[in-house]
Amino acid sequence: MSCAPLSVSQLRFTYPGEHHAALDGIDLEVTAGERVALLGPNGSGKTTFVMHLNGLLELQNGAITIGDLVMSEDNLREIRRRVGAVFQDADDQLFMPTVRDDVAFGPANLGVAGDELDRLVVETLERVGAGALIDRSPHHLSGGEKRRVAIATVLSMSPHLLVLDEPTSGLDPAGRRELIDLLVSLPQTQMIVTHDLPFALQICPRSVIISGGRVVADGPTRELLADTALLAQHRLELPFGFDPTRV
Amino acid sequence: MSGAHAHGSAVDSLFVEAESAVHGLAPEAKLVALVGFVVAAALTPRTSVWAFGVYAVAIWLVVFVSHVPVRVVLRRLAVIVPFVIFAVLIPFIGGGEQTQVLGVSLSVDGLWAMWNILAKASIGATASIVLSATTRVPDVLTGLTRLRVPRVLVAIIAFMMRYLDLLVRQLGRMRTSMTARCHDPRWLWQVKPIASSAGALFVRSYERGERVHQAMLARGYTGTMPTLDRRPATAVDWSRAASLPLVAVVTLIVAVVL
Repeated sequence: MSCAPLSVSQLRFTYPGEHHAALDGIDLEVTAGERVALLGPNGSGKTTFVMHLNGLLELQNGAITIGDLVMSEDNLREIRRRVGAVFQDADDQLFMPTVRDDVAFGPANLGVAGDELDRLVVETLERVGAGALIDRSPHHLSGGEKRRVAIATVLSMSPHLLVLDEPTSGLDPAGRRELIDLLVSLPQTQMIVTHDLPFALQICPRSVIISGGRVVADGPTRELLADTALLAQHRLELPFGFDPTRV
Repeated sequence: MSGAHAHGSAVDSLFVEAESAVHGLAPEAKLVALVGFVVAAALTPRTSVWAFGVYAVAIWLVVFVSHVPVRVVLRRLAVIVPFVIFAVLIPFIGGGEQTQVLGVSLSVDGLWAMWNILAKASIGATASIVLSATTRVPDVLTGLTRLRVPRVLVAIIAFMMRYLDLLVRQLGRMRTSMTARCHDPRWLWQVKPIASSAGALFVRSYERGERVHQAMLARGYTGTMPTLDRRPATAVDWSRAASLPLVAVVTLIVAVVL
């Protein structure tokens, strides 16, 4: 058995009451320390796939392995610790009254308590450059600040694999750049779902395109983005004037 | 995603930033003091006018110690205006023994009822205003947890406080978009868009609830909220906070005995 942080084989999933499979046989392997962009049009199955990595959707067909753990009911707790999922809307991620409590929520569920928990929260917030926000309430944060804190809420669980769903959505250019600096500085293996192709090119050496519930392309980001026919086929578009071969 | 510092946030708008002995007290001590004080005031016989004088002096002393501006407290006291209006009507409509005030016939019993409502409402409201102005919402929640209020209940309040703002802002955006399309409801038969937006808001909130639940599961939530407790109240906190209800209880006892 491989010990890659993430290994997925023949993953199929159909939502109850629907005929079309949302995921139609996904095979994917991610090696340690990689940053992989997950690209694809709306409705291609990206979010469904991401939900599987954390056991939020029950496995119907296929297998998912996180490190040496097979996705199953018994391993769910450890898998949720190992896979830190940061969801698209930070307001969904930040549900506690203060930033401090939010970052403490995950580790507290894992049994960390007292001074150790306090220290962990402070360290994690420092790590994402949000140390000053510790006693603020989430609705007083800017979009960029919310994103940092959202990342901190899973980093505090010391995950091996970070899964981020549309991390740049709603960020202003400066917030986006700060997020890039942060993600690049983190040692964790990362899987980043995004529509922001320049962002993918900037930080992910490898990209995977999902379309119609399948992996249709997997390779170096620069090569995939230079293939205009491939992009057009899967409703992906580069911003006007952007040339991936010249960046 | 708009706005870094959302203005008019419903949640923290009541808190008045200041350094004071009242601000520094542990929230659970303040909560107990508030309840004790208000209950004592509510139980005081209405004829013991002097007792209400003592309560007023006591709570206003706390206001001064708390450094909350007097005009802020007075402005927030406006919440009792509906009660005041109701109370002022009672002497005019009350029955029983009548008395003449400036040539108008008023019910004696009604006058006492009016006094009772005015005195107790204003004292209770002032005390609540002091609590809300000196304690942040998360601290109130921590206080409730330490007072052994069921964790589920505290979690429900916490979620409500967290998402109320979001909901209000969403409603605001829907109203703006209606106004932008010339919707200007004035009559009852124009109520339909409002009803349907309430429905939409419900569905959106429900969906958000689902997403939040998933975000919680993803971080190891198994059905019970974790305890995240820090500095609990010290003996000093308790004794300081106790001074207010103590004054009130002694006053109450004297008023009842006399």
